[in-house]
Amino acid sequence: MTEKLYEISVEVNGVRCEGRVPARLSLVDWLREELRLTGTHVGCEHGVCGACSVLLDGEPVRSCLMYAVQAHGHRVGTVEGLRSPEGGLSPLQDAFCEAHGLQCGYCTPGMLIAAQALLDATPHPTEEQIREAIGGNLCRCTGYAQIVEAVLLAAERSR
Amino acid sequence: MSEFRYVGKRRRAKEHVRFVLGRGRYVGDIHVVGMQHIAIVASPHPAARIVSIDTSAAARAPGVRYILTGEELCANTDSLLIGVDAPQVKRWPLAPGMVRYAGEWVAAVVANSRAAAEDAAELVEVQYEPQPCVVEAEAALAAGAPLVHPAHASNVLYRRKFVWGPVEQAFAQAHQQLSFRAYWGRSATVPIETFGVVAHWDAGHGILDIWASIQMPKFPDQTARALRLPGNAVRVHHDVDVGGSYGVKRGIKHTVLAGYLARRLGAPMRLIEDRLENMRGGDMQGPDRHFDVHVAFDFDGIIHGLRIRALDDVGAYAGRSPLQLGKPVGAICGPYRIPAIEYEPISVMTNKTPQEAVRGFGQSPTNFALERAMDRVARELDMDRIEIRKRNLIRRDDFPYTIPSGSTYDSGDYHAVLDKALAAARYPELLELRDRTRANGKLAGIGISTCLEPSGGNSAFEVLLNPKNETTTWMDSCLVRVDLSGAVTGVIGNSSSGQGHESLVATVLAEVLERDPEGIRVVRADSLMALPSNSPVGSRMAIMLGGAAAGAAKTIKRTLLTIAAHNLECAVEDLEYRNGDASLKGVGGKKLTWHELIEIAHRKFHKLPPGIEPGLQAKFVWEVPTGGGLPSADGRIQMYPCYAFEAHIVLIEIDPDTAKPAIHRYVCGHDCGVMINPDIVHGMTYGGIAHGIGAALYEQFAYTADGQLTSGSFMDYLIPSALEVPPLAIVDHCTPSPLTEFGQKGSGEAGYLGAPAAVANAINDALAPRGASLDTLPMTPEAIWKALR
Amino acid sequence: MKSPAFEYTRPASVAEACALLARHGADAKVIAGGQSLVPMMAMRLVRPSVLVDINEIDALKYLAIEPQEARIGACTRQVTVERDDALSERIPLLRMALKCVGHVQTRNRGTVGGSLAHADPSAELPLVALVLGARLRLRSASGRRDVQAREFLTGAMSTALRPDECLEEIGWPAWRERTGAAFMEVSIRHGDFALVAAATQVALDAQARCTRASFGLAGVGATAVAFPELAGRLVGTKMEDGLVEEVAHAAAKQISPGSDMHASSEYRRHLARVLVARTLRAAREKAASA
Repeated sequence: MTEKLYEISVEVNGVRCEGRVPARLSLVDWLREELRLTGTHVGCEHGVCGACSVLLDGEPVRSCLMYAVQAHGHRVGTVEGLRSPEGGLSPLQDAFCEAHGLQCGYCTPGMLIAAQALLDATPHPTEEQIREAIGGNLCRCTGYAQIVEAVLLAAERSR
Repeated sequence: MSEFRYVGKRRRAKEHVRFVLGRGRYVGDIHVVGMQHIAIVASPHPAARIVSIDTSAAARAPGVRYILTGEELCANTDSLLIGVDAPQVKRWPLAPGMVRYAGEWVAAVVANSRAAAEDAAELVEVQYEPQPCVVEAEAALAAGAPLVHPAHASNVLYRRKFVWGPVEQAFAQAHQQLSFRAYWGRSATVPIETFGVVAHWDAGHGILDIWASIQMPKFPDQTARALRLPGNAVRVHHDVDVGGSYGVKRGIKHTVLAGYLARRLGAPMRLIEDRLENMRGGDMQGPDRHFDVHVAFDFDGIIHGLRIRALDDVGAYAGRSPLQLGKPVGAICGPYRIPAIEYEPISVMTNKTPQEAVRGFGQSPTNFALERAMDRVARELDMDRIEIRKRNLIRRDDFPYTIPSGSTYDSGDYHAVLDKALAAARYPELLELRDRTRANGKLAGIGISTCLEPSGGNSAFEVLLNPKNETTTWMDSCLVRVDLSGAVTGVIGNSSSGQGHESLVATVLAEVLERDPEGIRVVRADSLMALPSNSPVGSRMAIMLGGAAAGAAKTIKRTLLTIAAHNLECAVEDLEYRNGDASLKGVGGKKLTWHELIEIAHRKFHKLPPGIEPGLQAKFVWEVPTGGGLPSADGRIQMYPCYAFEAHIVLIEIDPDTAKPAIHRYVCGHDCGVMINPDIVHGMTYGGIAHGIGAALYEQFAYTADGQLTSGSFMDYLIPSALEVPPLAIVDHCTPSPLTEFGQKGSGEAGYLGAPAAVANAINDALAPRGASLDTLPMTPEAIWKALR
Repeated sequence: MKSPAFEYTRPASVAEACALLARHGADAKVIAGGQSLVPMMAMRLVRPSVLVDINEIDALKYLAIEPQEARIGACTRQVTVERDDALSERIPLLRMALKCVGHVQTRNRGTVGGSLAHADPSAELPLVALVLGARLRLRSASGRRDVQAREFLTGAMSTALRPDECLEEIGWPAWRERTGAAFMEVSIRHGDFALVAAATQVALDAQARCTRASFGLAGVGATAVAFPELAGRLVGTKMEDGLVEEVAHAAAKQISPGSDMHASSEYRRHLARVLVARTLRAAREKAASA
């Protein structure tokens, strides 16, 4: 008995992507295993660590808590879609590099998604607002200090 | 250090670009055609005999390829190595006949997808006959306790009483004594990426390829040994990005399991722990340590002697975990001039998940106990806690300083770092703030800790705790190549988990060769091609990998000068090396450029001096400084070579009604000698502090009385977020090490080694006006509330 | 942690959703935000054979502020409710409570209805619903029925929803008097499940006498608990600190909180007393300055 497959069409990083997926395939697994967009990471699969954060219709959500079938007809943005239109690093990505806002890189895509969404809504956030925005993204390497610096740097550079 | 061009300067890490683009290559990103997926069947019982395993229903489930049980695996692989002398304590990836902890792996299902494997795993029927279990360390010591490994005839894995210096006398003669108990609760590093491995048996070449999220010395060797393969039949790929480890990712059992199945079934195997498997059955929990501390001191606060009994519960099996009682021997008195120490480490087994190496390898729990001792003595004498430390801290002029247990501390200026930290914390103002807060009805406390971070990974605790294991080689290496285009490439033989080793090596090569680090590439050799490495542990790579890179670069430089001297018909001493060019000293001297020298090396054999090999490459393999020794009969040994130092100052407020703590200011004074890349060092220190805050206030692997783990997911194992970790300030000091190339000391464990002690001391300072105290980690709101009643 | 297999359905209307629920009964589960349901499926603690995904039903996403109440569609995202300033003016407890619900990502996807239907004993929104006397509209193939919050929350993770019913709308009563509200929670980390949470709303007249009061607790039993009788004791008084303490003390005596690794029942009972007192005082101060 094979599982029923569902046809889905999702706009991922601006590109229409089609798929035939089992209902239980999570959005993060679809992105990683089928689309081979391995930038989004799996850390807990129960909605706590935030490593799987993606933009769903422009807002950060936990892609381990969504099934790919649920994304049918929606827009998904991943870390791979963050780079600048010219192909270089976005101001935020560049600021992370400058301020050493990462070490092992595993939480980084999720952090970038959360931080970019914050900057899109609040171009000049306070430190408190930054911590609130990344409060759902766990990091074990950085103690968050240089991540906050990176977001502040990106905000400052956009003035 | 302004004398350096690249070392010590702020510089972007080479690793960053791939990570911010989402183009890291973690084990979960690796696809091998035909890859099968493994899911685990785990024991629900903490102790049980396996009566039978019926795999028939599971084998018929869709997509299932095979189901492996302990019976087959244990017959065909060797048991995994244990760090102490306990040959009857055997461990395999799957339980052989007996399960010893809830979560222990009993069977492995192989299927064409992870989902299918999990479906089938639920259909495997295991009949168990539960046995009595023991889940408490002291209970495990008691006569008549259920034996975790009956063949070992005891639950004690290791026990010894070390006496260094005149302990009896110190206690007999001191003005006062005090005693207390402290408990470092079980927590661990819990990286955001779980452990994973992909194993592929390449039948065409007879090689087992391994990609793993690994941080482990001797990983290729131990994998080969367990699988009964020669070393050169296992190829570990070190160019896998590891999503954090901080010690724990010693996934030897996962790898042996996957490797066995890969060969057995002739298909590539992927085993990525899910979070539930990882927390309960990944065998990566951490120290679980009860301290009994006795201090002998005088009225003026001088500590004359210490007695420490450290009882550590390693869980149901042991790899290197008992050795975490041994490493602290190298800094058993912390940064203090304590002349007489008795240390009784006891490693005991219970029916809990096994422990693995956690950042600091036992030093952080030890520092916690030492710092609680200092504060208690200060309180007893009504003496300022800074003053008592200043009176006991080893002085700048005392270095190099040899402690009673045999280690010599290379260099330090502890008073200066403490003063810097106090200044940065604006200590008098902090005291006022604390007192004002108290006056407003809240509880508030300042915590201070002054702690050592031994670095360099001379892991002499191995032979100290197990004389049969005469391992004294703690080496690392680097190969450097300069190609025909003049580009420099460094080759290393280890995996990295965020420490920035590529940046470290590029910076060092750039410094010595005087070439731009931007153009220097660092690549990783697999285990068949790599020079010897003992992997990044024990804060060793700045010292060891940095030293190896420097050594290889110096050889290249000497070769270039030799080529130049030969072609310029002079002596090497007559030449000046600048940015890769060699020129005759003096005005208008002839010179040969970097590119000209390289052309000669690679293409113009007729211009090459005799004895110089063609091409331009050098390797450097070296032993850890101060290493190579064996312990004395009374257990004295040089442990790590270099000693970094940290002074933490933290202000904590506690809501007097809810008992919930909040950190309001955090300063860490840090001295790890010369920092090769300050941002990288600071980064790890911030992370270590956050990690320490987690261990002190939030994180615990909690067990019920009947051996069930209640914090087996992130809903209950509470990792601090950006809302729990406050802004952190680091203030640097530099006392270079005399033992290393640039004066650098290691620093991967920074912050974690002093933070729990400082936070614990702050909580106690806050509780003190109420006559309460707390010596158990984690200090949860409930624990604080209970202490206040 | 891959979910067990299930059949996926995506109704375009509430009627269609109800038809699916009628057909599959207890085998089916509604999925809204999934923030509570999906972890349970990933851990294989629940195994619905059919998921009815109501996220695409626009008719369930609305926020209408009317004189007597605010009507919120069950599938309205928590973030939408949290950000609505006009709503926060009328029903301040909603924004206050939502600030404690998980994190940004949770609230971007989680729904108001989902939290109520999930009925976790420590959840914030069921507590507010109970304290305000919210009206929950349940829809099935055979029609609609309105249930008061106190009848809706029947036990831990259990509600009055029948297997063939779907939550359609929640009506949050708005108080017209001079009102002050307070929501406080103690959790170990920000965004965690509350150990104990308290929600309070009081109204004061021109002489600072209490004319109306309602307060409740979450995390202290199988469901959120309200204390109408104790709240009644405050009416007509100036809510002096001494009386507030008495009421808080009495409320703490009435509950039977459970124990887990994070908090013992005695500690929860203690927190209950502290938070009731604090929220009563804070609500009183807010109303006084309103």
